[in-house]
Amino acid sequence: MIAHSVFFYVFSLIAIISAVMVTVSKNTVHSVFFLILDFISISCLFIMIGAEFLGMIMLIVYVGAVAVLFLFVVMMLNVAEQKGQWFSSRWDGGTHIPIGLLVSLIIFFEIIIVIGGWKYKADLLNSLSINISTEVTNTRSIGNVLYTDYILLFQISGMILLVAMIGAIVLTYRERAGVKRQSYVKQISREREEGVDLVEAERNKGVKIDA
Amino acid sequence: MDSYFSILFTEVYKILFLLVPVLVSVAMIVWLDRRVWAFVQKRRGPNVVGPFGLFQSLADALKYIFKEIIIPASSNKLVFVLAPVVTMTLALISWAVIPFGEDFVLANINVGILYLFAVSSLGVYGIIMGGWASNSKYPFLGAIRSAAQMVSYEVSIGVIIINVLLCVGSLNLSDIVMAQQNLWFVIPLFPMFVIFFISALAETNRPPFDLPEAEAELVAGYQTEYSGMMYAMFWLGEYANILLMCAMGSVLFLGGWLSPIDIFPLNAIPGPFWLIFKILFLFILFALVKATVPRYRYDQLMKLGWKIFLPFSLFYVVLTSSFLLYFDLLPGK
Repeated sequence: MIAHSVFFYVFSLIAIISAVMVTVSKNTVHSVFFLILDFISISCLFIMIGAEFLGMIMLIVYVGAVAVLFLFVVMMLNVAEQKGQWFSSRWDGGTHIPIGLLVSLIIFFEIIIVIGGWKYKADLLNSLSINISTEVTNTRSIGNVLYTDYILLFQISGMILLVAMIGAIVLTYRERAGVKRQSYVKQISREREEGVDLVEAERNKGVKIDA
Repeated sequence: MDSYFSILFTEVYKILFLLVPVLVSVAMIVWLDRRVWAFVQKRRGPNVVGPFGLFQSLADALKYIFKEIIIPASSNKLVFVLAPVVTMTLALISWAVIPFGEDFVLANINVGILYLFAVSSLGVYGIIMGGWASNSKYPFLGAIRSAAQMVSYEVSIGVIIINVLLCVGSLNLSDIVMAQQNLWFVIPLFPMFVIFFISALAETNRPPFDLPEAEAELVAGYQTEYSGMMYAMFWLGEYANILLMCAMGSVLFLGGWLSPIDIFPLNAIPGPFWLIFKILFLFILFALVKATVPRYRYDQLMKLGWKIFLPFSLFYVVLTSSFLLYFDLLPGK
């Protein structure tokens, strides 16, 4: 068990330090890299408590896809300047520090309530309505619950994501004029007759081409 | 404490036993790639160093080691140095779960295929970090292209993996191989195998999808500012990733370490050799594609990924699951 706790403390230390570095570091791209490190160490923690499926999904979804897109946005837009402005009073709109403080206070109290509930109900794991079996792999047990008892909620959340995605596309889509598009059908259905034109050129006069 | 150290030493021994052959075969595979490429184009290819030019890669490696590493003055130095390391590490750690035979695997984890998928999706970071830290136009463009491309094709690879998983009922790679004892998945899922192969080309930035390093437009893409051993590490990582994709294709579709038919002269050959044969077969296909197909345009690449592969593989998921359900073949009841 010594190795286990050593690894636990190493990963949690990395997670906490990188979480702090996300907010502290001056360079925004560095912040995203620290965020990625944070995600990775948290998924390591998931794997350590035996939730290997969650850990892997965390890696695939958050690190593999979400963080890449996030990095894109940060690299493309010049967020660095804004970040500098937001937290100093030089910006006209005032600082964002009060709102940030408010949000973090709310999150802090939420965590306290959750942990308090946990402490209050001592045998939480045994009192759950779903019993956790150690024999079945956790991929299978998550699937068993997700696709039977909670199928409606699962599908509703899928629908919400779909709507959000379509909404994002509709909001950002602009019809641009003068864009050349390739049409495979048009290309393939081109016949020899319309593609090639044999012209008898008259001497000293040439051919007049008009499209 | 003694037991800890003994466990540690055996594990390190096993890891070295796996990694050294992988690294050597990566060097050999570069040679093979160039030879096949030359063969198709009626050239000789590297044939001077050693018999058949076999030591060409070693000579190249030696050259890279002695070259000076140039770090651009305006680059972000730490990230710049980390990028090839990340690429290389990610390419190597995924070999831990590839099963070379029954009980012949470094880590036989329950979610092996998810692990492979996760690690291959992390591979983007090496490229993005390299491109961004170089602080130069071409590498940055290459990195952005590469990231968009890899994220897009990962989606279809994920859906293809779901197709295979429906037939297996487990995420364990050894289980996936054992489920193919009677019938390799390449036969019932042939369209998925083709799409997997093409997506693997795109995922590893191989021609015809090598837009991130399209030399006609971007010099060398994200590798432009790299030199010496750091460049060589990008190369090694890239080829290790290609080999890994070939291994993944063999495990998912070509029956991993299993022989084609379970009869005497074939099943006497040990499992690892079968896996290596299959990996080589897929790799030669990779090399042939590189030699024959012209490069895609970027919009065509995106169109292929999102508008053709993704809908088709989703449709195939529905088809596979309804087939399995109708004939009552669903595994794991």
